[in-house]
Amino acid sequence: MDKFDCIIIGAGPAGVAAALTLVRKGLTVAVFERGEYPGSKNLFGGVLYSTILNKLIPNFWEDAPVERHITKRRYSLLSQNSEMAVEFDFDDFNHPPFNNSFTVLRSKFDRWFAQKAEDAGAVIFTETVVDDFIYDNGKVSGIKARREGGDVYADVIVCAEGANSLLTEKAGLKEKPLPHQMITASKEVISLPREVIEDRFSLNNDEGMALEFFGGAVKGMIGSGFIYTNKDSLSVGVGCPISVIKENNMKPNDLLELFKSHSVIKKLLRGGKTEELSAKMIPELGYKNLPKLTVDGLLIVGDAGGFVNPSLYREGTNMAMYSGVAAAEIILEARQSGDFSEKGLEGYIKSLKDSFVMKDLERYGDVPEKISEMPQLFKEYPDAVLKFAEGYFTISDLSKDELHRQAWKGFKDKVSIGKFLWDMYKARKAIL
Amino acid sequence: MSVLQPVEQKTLSEKLFLVRFKTDTESHLKVDPEKCKVCKDKSCIYICPAEVYKLDEKENIIISYEGCLECGTCRIACEFIEWVNPKGGYGVCYRYG
Repeated sequence: MDKFDCIIIGAGPAGVAAALTLVRKGLTVAVFERGEYPGSKNLFGGVLYSTILNKLIPNFWEDAPVERHITKRRYSLLSQNSEMAVEFDFDDFNHPPFNNSFTVLRSKFDRWFAQKAEDAGAVIFTETVVDDFIYDNGKVSGIKARREGGDVYADVIVCAEGANSLLTEKAGLKEKPLPHQMITASKEVISLPREVIEDRFSLNNDEGMALEFFGGAVKGMIGSGFIYTNKDSLSVGVGCPISVIKENNMKPNDLLELFKSHSVIKKLLRGGKTEELSAKMIPELGYKNLPKLTVDGLLIVGDAGGFVNPSLYREGTNMAMYSGVAAAEIILEARQSGDFSEKGLEGYIKSLKDSFVMKDLERYGDVPEKISEMPQLFKEYPDAVLKFAEGYFTISDLSKDELHRQAWKGFKDKVSIGKFLWDMYKARKAIL
Repeated sequence: MSVLQPVEQKTLSEKLFLVRFKTDTESHLKVDPEKCKVCKDKSCIYICPAEVYKLDEKENIIISYEGCLECGTCRIACEFIEWVNPKGGYGVCYRYG
């Protein structure tokens, strides 16, 4: 019978962070990954926050396949044919640790990260699906891998299976998420010569930019579009809650094509060539609906646990890595007493609660719900703001007083000021 | 190509052609034809980023599981779709991700 100190399901950022932490303390760790290689099924928009990674592997950027460090951010409102944007560019982000924000391509980055765990002693079984847990007197004691002799046992199991959390649901730790609790994002990697990217986005060597688009980016629906600069490609995508896509009978690929063909976006993609299409769900479960994170012999980490900050900060992989490290640290503690019961593992929840993970999830916990009640934030308001700007900047023979009055009227015709201000106040948490 | 040319527009199937798949002979996605017959919504037909689900002339759901990007959206949108992970090593294999 195969037995390990710990089994980890999934070789993404959460699973690998857990594996690395455990093998460094001498534990025997098996990681099961269903893809051909770690990273082959992994996806995100494009920006990795790396405060945790930099603790695990100091100065990782010297070795890791990172694309660019983000020095520049731009947030845009789009109407059908105009744009208003805020941009922030900070030269200090050019120095280590580069503000801990890097664009990466996951099939390269995750493979590198998993290799680090393997080099440190983790056993990674690729091309191996885990279909269920094995229970011993109610305690999770192993996993059923879909292969010959696939029953493998361990003192404790870490489930890092990702957003499509079949096992977590099967084990009864989580209900199947509802359509408004999941975002579906489609993305293309579009190649462009390095110097074109740097010129077009006004970047120096290795500097990168993250651009987020709202409003007309996704037909005024709740959701957004993005462009992130890689070395010699752009990550370009759109994401909306599944409930919204359903209500609007929209096809995600049509939304993506519409975004790419917007007059503002089209200019940024000129000369590019689509290299790959990809899609992923992003969990935005809400703080109140997070799954049960521990039972006897099992911990849930990463996207399966719903650890994604749904605000403009868009933080997922960093939370995933924190949860993996936190799970590993609790496992190391539990080994002292030999108690891998839910009680023995409850320090995991405390560790999450004492960290930015649960603090941020709690702070932004009701953002998706609040926003779903205010679709005007994505349609009427962007339209009104841009209408105002269009009026303000359109030159004519009118006196400026008259011009401003008309621009202002364009705004007020579309929205009531009182409601607008009140909604902005209510939505403040989603933004700040 | 000039860097000022618009991105060449590709159809969804052309884009899926760019994605690397290792195709199994068996579908990892299943629908229940009886339930599909009475389903009014049929959200599977438009909700999927890879448009894996299509209707044939007889209004049956056809599943082109070979092009599934494994996001899981259909499983959330429809309560009747049976979703299991493809065989180890099979399915989508991103080169960029």
